[in-house]
Amino acid sequence: MRRFLSFRDFDWTLLGMVLVLCTVSVLEVYSATLHTKYAGFHTKQMFWISGGLVAMFIFAKIDYHKLIDFVPWAYGVCLVALVAVMFFGQKVLGARRWIKLGPMHFQPSEWVKLVLILAVARYFANLGGRSLTWKDILKAFVLVGVPLLLVLKQPDLGTSLTYTPILVAGLFLGGINLRQALILLTACIVLVAGVWSSGKLLKPYQKARLTSFINPDNDPRGTGYQLLQSKIAVGSGGVWGKGAAKGTQTQGDFLPIPHADFIFAAFGEEHGFVGALLVLLLYFLILMRLIQNAQTAADLSGSLIIMGIVAVLTFQIAVNVGMVIGFMPVTGIPLPLMSYGGSSVLFAFLALGVAMNVRMRRFVN
Amino acid sequence: MYLSRGNRDEKLSTLKLTVVQYGILFMMLALAAGLWRLQVLGADNFRLLAEQNRVRKVPVLAARGKLFDRENRLVVDNYPSVSCFLVREQNRNVDADLPLIARGLDLDLEQLRATLRRYRAAPGYQPIPIKLEVTPDEEAFIEAHRNELPELETIDEEWRLYPRDGFAAHLIGYVGEVSEEDLNQTRYAAYEPGDVVGKAGVEETYDELLRGQDGSRDVIVDSHGREVGYLRTQHAIPGQDLRLTIDNDLQRAAELALGNRNGAIVAMDPRNGEILAMVSRPSFDPNAFAVRINRADWNQLITDPNHPLMNKSIQAQLAPGSTFKILMSVAGLQEGVAQNLKINCAGGWGPYGFFHHCDEHHGAVDIHNAIPFSCDTFFYMLGDKLGIDRIAKYAAAFGYGQKTGIDLPGEQAGLMPSAQWKLKNYHNRWYPDETLDVAIGQGAVEATPLQLARIIGGIASGGHLVRPHVVFPDQLPADFRKAMLDSFPGAGDVDIPIDPENWVTVTDGMAEVTQPGYFHTAGSAHLEGIDFGGKTGTAQLMSHEALGKTTKGKSTNPNVWFVGLTPRRNPELVVAVLWQNGEFSYYPARIGAKVVSAYVEKQRRLANNLQPVKAAAPVEMGAVWTVPGPASGSGANPANQDGNPARMQAGHFLVQNGQIVARAIPETRSGARPERKSGTASASGARPAATPSEPGSALPASSGKGQ
Repeated sequence: MRRFLSFRDFDWTLLGMVLVLCTVSVLEVYSATLHTKYAGFHTKQMFWISGGLVAMFIFAKIDYHKLIDFVPWAYGVCLVALVAVMFFGQKVLGARRWIKLGPMHFQPSEWVKLVLILAVARYFANLGGRSLTWKDILKAFVLVGVPLLLVLKQPDLGTSLTYTPILVAGLFLGGINLRQALILLTACIVLVAGVWSSGKLLKPYQKARLTSFINPDNDPRGTGYQLLQSKIAVGSGGVWGKGAAKGTQTQGDFLPIPHADFIFAAFGEEHGFVGALLVLLLYFLILMRLIQNAQTAADLSGSLIIMGIVAVLTFQIAVNVGMVIGFMPVTGIPLPLMSYGGSSVLFAFLALGVAMNVRMRRFVN
Repeated sequence: MYLSRGNRDEKLSTLKLTVVQYGILFMMLALAAGLWRLQVLGADNFRLLAEQNRVRKVPVLAARGKLFDRENRLVVDNYPSVSCFLVREQNRNVDADLPLIARGLDLDLEQLRATLRRYRAAPGYQPIPIKLEVTPDEEAFIEAHRNELPELETIDEEWRLYPRDGFAAHLIGYVGEVSEEDLNQTRYAAYEPGDVVGKAGVEETYDELLRGQDGSRDVIVDSHGREVGYLRTQHAIPGQDLRLTIDNDLQRAAELALGNRNGAIVAMDPRNGEILAMVSRPSFDPNAFAVRINRADWNQLITDPNHPLMNKSIQAQLAPGSTFKILMSVAGLQEGVAQNLKINCAGGWGPYGFFHHCDEHHGAVDIHNAIPFSCDTFFYMLGDKLGIDRIAKYAAAFGYGQKTGIDLPGEQAGLMPSAQWKLKNYHNRWYPDETLDVAIGQGAVEATPLQLARIIGGIASGGHLVRPHVVFPDQLPADFRKAMLDSFPGAGDVDIPIDPENWVTVTDGMAEVTQPGYFHTAGSAHLEGIDFGGKTGTAQLMSHEALGKTTKGKSTNPNVWFVGLTPRRNPELVVAVLWQNGEFSYYPARIGAKVVSAYVEKQRRLANNLQPVKAAAPVEMGAVWTVPGPASGSGANPANQDGNPARMQAGHFLVQNGQIVARAIPETRSGARPERKSGTASASGARPAATPSEPGSALPASSGKGQ
């Protein structure tokens, strides 16, 4: 049954584009941290990327069907880990997100993302593409909703939000019909409005962060400050940018965390409209390539896995770049493959590994 | 090996994937549009904002112009000082830092908060001065907390250094932070909160010239306010130095002559209106205002019943007493009344049923001895003959009741009553009996010392009255000077022709005042060999009758006056002396005499080229001394810490008047060391060992041993 499983079927084009993006990331992390206490983070980023590449190749080798078989266990472990974080987590800046295991700091919520992608893919693949009943939809909501609420409780609004596109993509591709979709949408709007006005589930600072993007000038020293500085950074870059390591906003430390969440602002300042557009184009090509892979996947579960990954990546790009240019609130969602950070880089490469995995087995019968 | 999940034939519909692809494309286009909006359309605006972010304007304060006396001797200087400002433009809330700032800078927290509140309305780019005259310790604190407290900025400033003992304080005035009320006025339109402005005296009148123009320096900062570099500096234009008309020597003589008496002295050259000396007592120390006066000192100054801040020489409006008789004499002579008035003084006169006293029974009095006797009876009768209207006409012509137009703020006009004045203010007609009080400078008549100096000086100059000033006008910019001249009709100079015969009569009368003689009011102020005249005045605070009844603990001593001249005709100097609640009028005459003699002696000295004792040329001398060992002495020579309890030092010094003015170059060193300035050398006093760390001061041999 295993025919033609070879790295010739590995998506080298995709990997090439990803590596170009990673190179851009390392260079920009270097530039952004040049005069800060984070100097030298670009080498760390290179380590993370190398680690990610290794993990990617390992994941590419493991048959995704095995992963899918394994997913209920992983899902259970994730829930346990998230509950454990609530009780034993390290408190950093008022939020319990990290578990300390020996020398390792471990943020379960990032891994939950990948597990959720697989779990949702498995769930909808098992339904076999028939039209969904309300019971099916409810189950899918519970599947994603439980970890989402646990992460929201940490509180980590940004990460919990990245779970929603997995559900949305699953429902959309899994066979939801228009009537159900409209009813759900209405219900969601009502729910969000309810959560917002209840004032219990969202902390005041989260609300403030979510609203300050609408008019950051109102509160230039508080939550709107980061957004304003980010817009100034991007805008002052102009068409051609100020040149590498010459961004005054980035180098003068006006831009918050210019190597992580706001790396796109730093890049936009130093390389201008042209550079930013090229990066967006690269992202677009990567996403299109992934969708193409989803199309050619051997079975529904494979397609759903890749589309789950596409959903998460698209959501993160939209929210992060949208935040940097002032369209979206500050949510702390990193830009995949660009932002500095071990968890973020590892997730991206593991997700790519799974996608490669699916592609490599597209001819497997 | 494993079961395939799901149906192999189940595939995602291509339509849905296409929808997803278009969705992603649409999102990318939206993001690209957002980038276009910021980076292409809004680039200029954001570039400006980015620039403002990183560039901070730090003011470079202009040094105020110095003040010199008429002989170019320094009167008011500046000294460098460091001030601490709070810069608000960083995007951080400083409220949390305030306790630390207050502790580090030794400020009262509440007062600091109040300062910040006061500046809340000011534009954000403008730094708030929170502490002036920062000590080296506090500067070190600011330097050490650059990272925690980036909002603190130190600025080098030049502060006023005034003469120490209130010397000419009222004439010079003082500076202070511009007040909020001032800022609302049009003349302060160009000022910003925190600016230092002249608040009195020359500092106020000539503030525009003295203040110069502040520059600024563009500093590149990061988001924590740390300075990263400089962009450009716009240099400050220092204020204009001004030469005052006062003569330090005469000013000093006048200050000493008045002593602690409550009153004022004005000395003026009646030929051109130059004020040579101006004293007011009690005085104050303008240095207390140079930085910021504390509340307690300020309250004490403004509640003092003797009004230390008041420049009495131009602001005290008091009855001129008998000094008014000079004007009466001129009026009487010009009207042809006084020449023929010969009376017998029997201690007073009371033609209207109310007896007006004279100080003495002078007997036969005419215009020639009425002035030296200061005979009230004579002037009662003269006033009665002239009538109030004619008196008021002459008084007004000579400047009673009008400002002199001196270039100092807050001058008072005094008061000259007339029938019209009374009708207007009291809705009552003038009674002839009131004229008698006016005739001896009492009643409602009020004048300032400066007015009296100008009027009597003008009369002695044959009716040529000048506008007084304290700054030589030739150094003023043309438009400033023009505005000043235009502020007074005829530029303030007036000519009232006095008949030469009458002129001689009055001036001779004034010269007699200071001649020893029976009934002469200021015979004891006689100056041998100096043509010195004048007129005394005693203005009672209460009538003789009321004086006996109540005093209520207040001083009822009369205000005594003296206006002196030298020489008697076309005088070079007129000096007005006021002693409030003084004793006899010959005391101010003696004070005036001291000023006059100081002036005359100086003029004679200059005329005969007799310089005051010249400072001896510096003498070079060698000295040998020992430096105490490190255990005993402070600031020991580092090279000396080899256990020697003391070691010998030697050097050459230039000594002048008992002070070291320079350290001569030791011959063994080949002249590489520049000579030390006199200021630093004399600061170390006559004990050269106080600067043992100076390597040049050590003997070559011993310093060789130390290495």
